Amino acid sequence: MLLLLEQCLNGLQFGLLLFLLAAGLTLVFGIMDLVNLAHGSLYMMGAYFAASFSALVGSFVAGAGLALGATLLLGIALEVVALRKLYGRDHLDQVLGTFGLILFFNELVRLIWGPAGLSVALPDWLNRPVELLPGIFYPAYRLAIITVALAVAAALYLMVMRTRLGMLIRAGASNREMVGALGVDIRLLYTLVFGLGAALAALAGLMEAPILTVQIGMGENILILAFVVIVIGGIGSIRGAFISAIFVGLVDTVGRAFLPDLLRLVLSPAAASTAAPALSSMLIYLLMASVLVLRPEGLFPAGGR
Amino acid sequence: MTEALLQVEALTKRFGGITASDAITLDVVDRELHAVIGPNGAGKTTLLGQLAGELVANAGSIRFAGIDITGMPAWRRSALGLARSFQITSLFLDFAAIDNVALAVQAHAGHSFRFWRDARREPELREPARAALERVGLGDRAKVLAANLSHGEQRQLEIAMAIATGPRMLLLDEPMAGMGPDESSRLVAMLRELKREVAILLVEHDMEAVFALADRITVLVYGRVIASGPPDAIRADPEVRRAYLGEEARHG
Amino acid sequence: MMALIVRRVVVATLIAGLGALPIVTSLSGDAFALTLFTRIVILALAATSLNLILGYGGMVSFGHAAYLGIGGYAVGILAHEGIDSGFVQWPVAIIASALAALVIGLLCLRTRGVYFIMITLAFSQMIYYVFAGLDRYGGDDGLTIYHRSEFAGLIDLGAKGEFYYLCLALLLLAIWLVSHLMNSRFGMVVRGARSNERRMRAIGFPTFRYRLACFVIAGTMCGLAGALLANHTDFVSPAMMHWTRSGDLIVMVVFGGMGSLFGPLFGAIALLALEEALSRVTEYWQIILGPLLLLIVLYARGGIDGLLERIGGTLRSRPRRD
Repeated sequence: MLLLLEQCLNGLQFGLLLFLLAAGLTLVFGIMDLVNLAHGSLYMMGAYFAASFSALVGSFVAGAGLALGATLLLGIALEVVALRKLYGRDHLDQVLGTFGLILFFNELVRLIWGPAGLSVALPDWLNRPVELLPGIFYPAYRLAIITVALAVAAALYLMVMRTRLGMLIRAGASNREMVGALGVDIRLLYTLVFGLGAALAALAGLMEAPILTVQIGMGENILILAFVVIVIGGIGSIRGAFISAIFVGLVDTVGRAFLPDLLRLVLSPAAASTAAPALSSMLIYLLMASVLVLRPEGLFPAGGR
Repeated sequence: MTEALLQVEALTKRFGGITASDAITLDVVDRELHAVIGPNGAGKTTLLGQLAGELVANAGSIRFAGIDITGMPAWRRSALGLARSFQITSLFLDFAAIDNVALAVQAHAGHSFRFWRDARREPELREPARAALERVGLGDRAKVLAANLSHGEQRQLEIAMAIATGPRMLLLDEPMAGMGPDESSRLVAMLRELKREVAILLVEHDMEAVFALADRITVLVYGRVIASGPPDAIRADPEVRRAYLGEEARHG
Repeated sequence: MMALIVRRVVVATLIAGLGALPIVTSLSGDAFALTLFTRIVILALAATSLNLILGYGGMVSFGHAAYLGIGGYAVGILAHEGIDSGFVQWPVAIIASALAALVIGLLCLRTRGVYFIMITLAFSQMIYYVFAGLDRYGGDDGLTIYHRSEFAGLIDLGAKGEFYYLCLALLLLAIWLVSHLMNSRFGMVVRGARSNERRMRAIGFPTFRYRLACFVIAGTMCGLAGALLANHTDFVSPAMMHWTRSGDLIVMVVFGGMGSLFGPLFGAIALLALEEALSRVTEYWQIILGPLLLLIVLYARGGIDGLLERIGGTLRSRPRRD
């Protein structure tokens, strides 16, 4: 029971991280019609910057803040220099172009930081268990992630629904020419949206950094999961991304934790331990396949896309 | 009384809060040209979309040649003999004109799981294609890439593709759109000939053409049928004049 | 007309060169070139299969390398279990890939555009993880193949020259098949669906089944390439079907010239030759390759085939039979 609660919280945390990534992806796709495979690279850069800056400055939180700023600048530079030329192009062109960027970033990281993975140390006040309920402990850091991510999700929701920028974003999604005709600098809007996406990816990356090993290619593994989230939730829909991200996070984490035991109920121990890792990885994709069979546009597709 | 070839009964289509088709009832008999007119936004293209199978109606039914096709996918309707042309030209732009039409012929020439023989050299596909092109006046433009045809020629190619399938009924969506006066009169002449062989449902804005060709006219306003009958009756109908024709007469 | 002649001359020269290669390398003693070109030919076969669905069919599959892996692992796993006969391994590789393509196609082809790209990527990643999780067959580290596929003495795959000629023959056979396939009625439906799917359905084609059939044929052909690759490297690992491999295949098809018969071969040669050349300049050659890809996408999209067309002096337009 305790284990289940812990795994559910882990699943929630993982899901929220996926949401941060998926939200950026779906915003950029929804507004600029850009498939950005290099989104995972921004996640990775956020993690690497966090590792370096926190070691340099001696504080995780300060390092994280610097990392966020640095990745944001990097994202904006990337948009201005390269990605804006891909707007309006065939999706295949965008896929190829951003694929090239992934290769570039992975190799750049190898050049600067070397092939070995990095780890990020947590300050003591985060690196301890917190008593949620009598007798139930949970790592403080993971709680912090959940809190921060939920706050960001709420802020995102408020921004998109209640502010002028959010209105422009929603308007831009459904009618680009109109927004341009209203005198809004659409190029600036696009750069801001991309920057927002980059910041979300960076945040996910730097928050994840102390938990995982920071390594080359970490962006792509989670990017594909973000794609799965978007497919299930429906492209262009932040609400859909949120719900399906939590769902995916829970299914993946809880599934991986309990599948081996479940399998042992029906299979021999040897068969169970062979099949378990493979099947655990398949869970989310099976979930995605089921959604596809029933509703190919996703569960909550944004209207008009 | 024999059943009409196309029988549309209380067809309704809603998009969110908007009712684009409001209980539309009409029929088209064999070898008649039935025109559907109405101001912009009247729901003519929505109606066609439901008849062709691209849109699914919320209520009502469509019967074609005695068969209920209300839920049938577009490609099956084509097999039954219901062909359409598009309002915004929708061709295979990277293929030659004759290839475009040959594809339409191929769709009705059995299954296409033939993996070896060069389809461009099959007379059973090329001959009917050439014939259809001749019919619409594009005979000498057969080898031209569809993208390189003029706008009027592309509209003609649209028609050629529709008739190449040997249909029993044509759904034509504003075929004269963007055509000059010469091309329009050529098309009118061709349609006059065609309606002796197939039934035609014609959605059009060109009033001259409509009154020259139509056996019956249905007037659509805000998704509702406000009048339906022979051209003279429609011309004289006060509601129609008020809603639609009156404006036309004033602005010419 | 000129474009056609230029292209034909280049292709003929290329085939002649490829055919003469083993003879040249045995005279000059350069074994490495033969190994490199065997790899190029095998990947060209994989790229040709992708060209079927991507170039001609317009289906941007970012998971095609999965079939390389499935075909390769069929050979690897059977070899590991003691079955060395190519007469068993290769049909299994082909059938396994066909089945996988059928299932994946049934699921993915219901979607369009970006969804399709993401979903094919996701499924190939799933297959990657499945094989990485098979500890019995090496898991992440992969599986060594100690004996190449046996064909009862008909051909010795261990002999570099014989193996190379087999791969080359299969590649040319595949290209010949593709040329017939894409000009047949079936090919017309697939190409028409790429050009304007809405119109295809309007004139009466149930497009799904034809695109699925094309998808399965492509997957099967790629599975064969996988079996060849396993024999070539004497090794299989999940890395064969990593999504970056799928990306490489797409690069080959696009830069060779989509929907052209020999485009994939041009693309395979170009990409691998480029990688070879760049890796001699610096260990970190992908730093150059990455942006180079982006630049080519932005400024030189017709690919090599398009370049040949322009050299020939006429604008690229008609889908001609090569």
